[in-house]
Amino acid sequence: MQSALLEMRGITKVYPNGVVANQDVQFSLREGEIHAIAGENGAGKSTLMKIMFGMEEPSDGQILIRGEQVKLQSPQDAIDRGIGMVHQHFMLVPSFTVAENMVLGMEPRKGTSFNYAEAVRLTEETARKYNLAVNARAKVEDLTVGMKQKVEILKALLRGAKILILDEPTAVLTPQETEELFHELQQLKTQGHTIVFISHKLKEVKAICDRITILRGGRSEGVFDMSDVSEQEISRLMVGRDVVLKYDKERLSAGEAVLSVDRLNVQDSLGKALLSDISFAVQAGQIVGIAGVEGNGQTELIHALTGGLSGVLSSGAVQVAGRDILAADILAIRGLGVSYIPEDRMRQGSAGDASIADNLISIRYRSKELNQGPLLNGKKIAKLAAALVEEFKVRCSGPRQPIGMLSGGNMQKVVVARECSTGPQLLIAEQPTRGVDIGAAQFIHQKLLELRGNGCATVLVSADLNEILELSDRLLVMYEGQIVACFEEPSKVSEEELGLYMLGIKRQDNLPTGRAAEHV
Amino acid sequence: MNSLLNVILTTDFAFSVLRVTTPILFAALGALISNRAGIINIGMEGIMLVSALTGVIVSAYTHSAWVGLLGAALAGTLIAGILAFFTLKFKTHIILGGVAINMFASGGTVFILYLLSGDKGSSTSLASKVLPSVEIPLLKDIPVLGPILSGHHILTYFSIIAVFAVYYLLNRTPLGLRIRSVGENPHAAQSVGVSVIKIQYIALLLSGFFAGLGGAYMSMGYLSLFTRDMVAGRGWIAIAAESMGRSTTAGTALTSLLFGAADALANALQVLKIPAELIGTLPYVATVIGLLVYAVSETRKKNRKLKSPAAK
Repeated sequence: MQSALLEMRGITKVYPNGVVANQDVQFSLREGEIHAIAGENGAGKSTLMKIMFGMEEPSDGQILIRGEQVKLQSPQDAIDRGIGMVHQHFMLVPSFTVAENMVLGMEPRKGTSFNYAEAVRLTEETARKYNLAVNARAKVEDLTVGMKQKVEILKALLRGAKILILDEPTAVLTPQETEELFHELQQLKTQGHTIVFISHKLKEVKAICDRITILRGGRSEGVFDMSDVSEQEISRLMVGRDVVLKYDKERLSAGEAVLSVDRLNVQDSLGKALLSDISFAVQAGQIVGIAGVEGNGQTELIHALTGGLSGVLSSGAVQVAGRDILAADILAIRGLGVSYIPEDRMRQGSAGDASIADNLISIRYRSKELNQGPLLNGKKIAKLAAALVEEFKVRCSGPRQPIGMLSGGNMQKVVVARECSTGPQLLIAEQPTRGVDIGAAQFIHQKLLELRGNGCATVLVSADLNEILELSDRLLVMYEGQIVACFEEPSKVSEEELGLYMLGIKRQDNLPTGRAAEHV
Repeated sequence: MNSLLNVILTTDFAFSVLRVTTPILFAALGALISNRAGIINIGMEGIMLVSALTGVIVSAYTHSAWVGLLGAALAGTLIAGILAFFTLKFKTHIILGGVAINMFASGGTVFILYLLSGDKGSSTSLASKVLPSVEIPLLKDIPVLGPILSGHHILTYFSIIAVFAVYYLLNRTPLGLRIRSVGENPHAAQSVGVSVIKIQYIALLLSGFFAGLGGAYMSMGYLSLFTRDMVAGRGWIAIAAESMGRSTTAGTALTSLLFGAADALANALQVLKIPAELIGTLPYVATVIGLLVYAVSETRKKNRKLKSPAAK
């Protein structure tokens, strides 16, 4: 039995707002291995890694390095113990040269001056030692993403890192750069370094890692030798359902198409495809679920549906009730009866310092009923807010309380109350129950079904398979900006099967590209 | 028009440009350091005013101009330290703190002046000292250049040396590297163990020190006494000069000189029959035009940058 280089025992992390990100997580790292931490978004990968690098302190549990218990209170503590990290968002100063970035915080001196020549020499020496070619005198802002990542890796190595944590390192790389990175990581491994590789891309994990620890819902699902598990098993462990929800909902006869997306193609500014040939329609009284591992185009699709197109439209159309909305502004889109529950309730969904009442009327303060001449009608607003707080069972001291003081679940109820109470024709619900307790989640689900009964068309994007399988009338799966599967009876789909599509292992053939046309 | 040229094309005018640039240059260098650390010190005006008064008072009581200068510089550093303390420790908004310092300085200096001299307008009754002017041997005998460059106040020479010192600090020392990294990407600095707060403290203290020298020059060189609100917007012009100089040392020095020239022109034109009030607006008009030119060129640069990836 090899002893562990780094071990984490019973790690639990509860954030001040009550979100449990890690619960009794076990993690053990052997010297000289490449160890994957895999899991869906929200599974607790980033929290675990932050704890490993001293950016967060665990609420409970122990960290041991070579059998000795340690406390990592800051990244500096972690660096001092030979742990280095390559962040997903690079920690580089763009206007500095590579050499300047390399030595920042540990600058070589000559008298009172910064010894730039020595910085260049150190950079070149480290680059040679680890066989990672970089131009020490180049400005970081002129480098490609892959190069920047190399600089980050070298930075950690220069500071004596023996354990390297890489946070989704391939998310920003081209396939060629990914190949190169893997080659470099293999080299580092043979030189005795230990690598923690955080990812949810199974192919990559399979290609390079020796062992894998799987996280789901903040818990560890176990650690496996890569040779002992199949991709299917990993996918089952990653995306399995925890609790099975059941809702009775009658099958409604399809109404008219409210939303139709027709061969939508969107690229980023460099010409990389973000959305490819997306076509689907949503009828009145229908919930269409969109499943997929985060970062496979769902965000871009939502942006296109809500008036904030990210990237460059190359072709296609999005229509709500027969009106083209791709060029319309948000007010015009909302005017068509579109409601939107955004994924991030803190930043997008609400104004933290404003009262519950103000947040509730923020999408309808222009309406006649709420105004009296040039002024807002305080009485009517108070009445409306009180009624909504009551109906949605928001636990608060009253409608005047700032929304930022509420718990996550109650804050989300306010957002849902706002978006559902205007009688929408189309609701775009993005992760409507993320980080919300089960009671609030069920309440929100009931509201979505109620709207469905009233003939509202709904697009539901969610990472919660439970939710999406149970609520949807039709389920689409997105992978790399494309729709790769479509299920007409989602509740009969097994999560194993869904996982295979989500992770790109399988895709349905003969998906009709012109789905919109078929349903109109 | 002829009379205008007669005024400008003289060695006296060139000399006076350097003379009036000095306080702006000091404060602009201070603003440069704090801005590069990502923290805007808009209290420059107030700090200069407090230092101007402190210099007069200390020199009057110690009978030494040099101790007065030291007092002024320390006062500037101290006020900046208070601003830093509230901003970095208690997370007060820096703009709020800066405004408070400016208002406190405007009223507070008059109050102290009245306590010590019984006069609310100026410090004529205080026997304050003035720092010397310096004739530079050899240089002073060169025609044209001599009368322009020699015989200036000692702080004017200090301000020119300060330009090089600040350049060295920002671009050639480890501290400068850290200041720039904190201003550009504080997360990157923090991730390698650089204390962002410590660096911003240092930068604010240095900005106060330089503003203090600028203030000392106002009351112990430019004039030989303190008068109420004598800084007259130079702290603000310095902030504009730093921003227009694109946060580089050379750019900041050159735009300070430009604003100094506008100021000197306003002084010189007073001999002509143009209303003094109109002339008095010249430096400020120059500020507005300068900022406009800067904003337009910045926007163009940004647009070019946005387009360039598509062009690649």
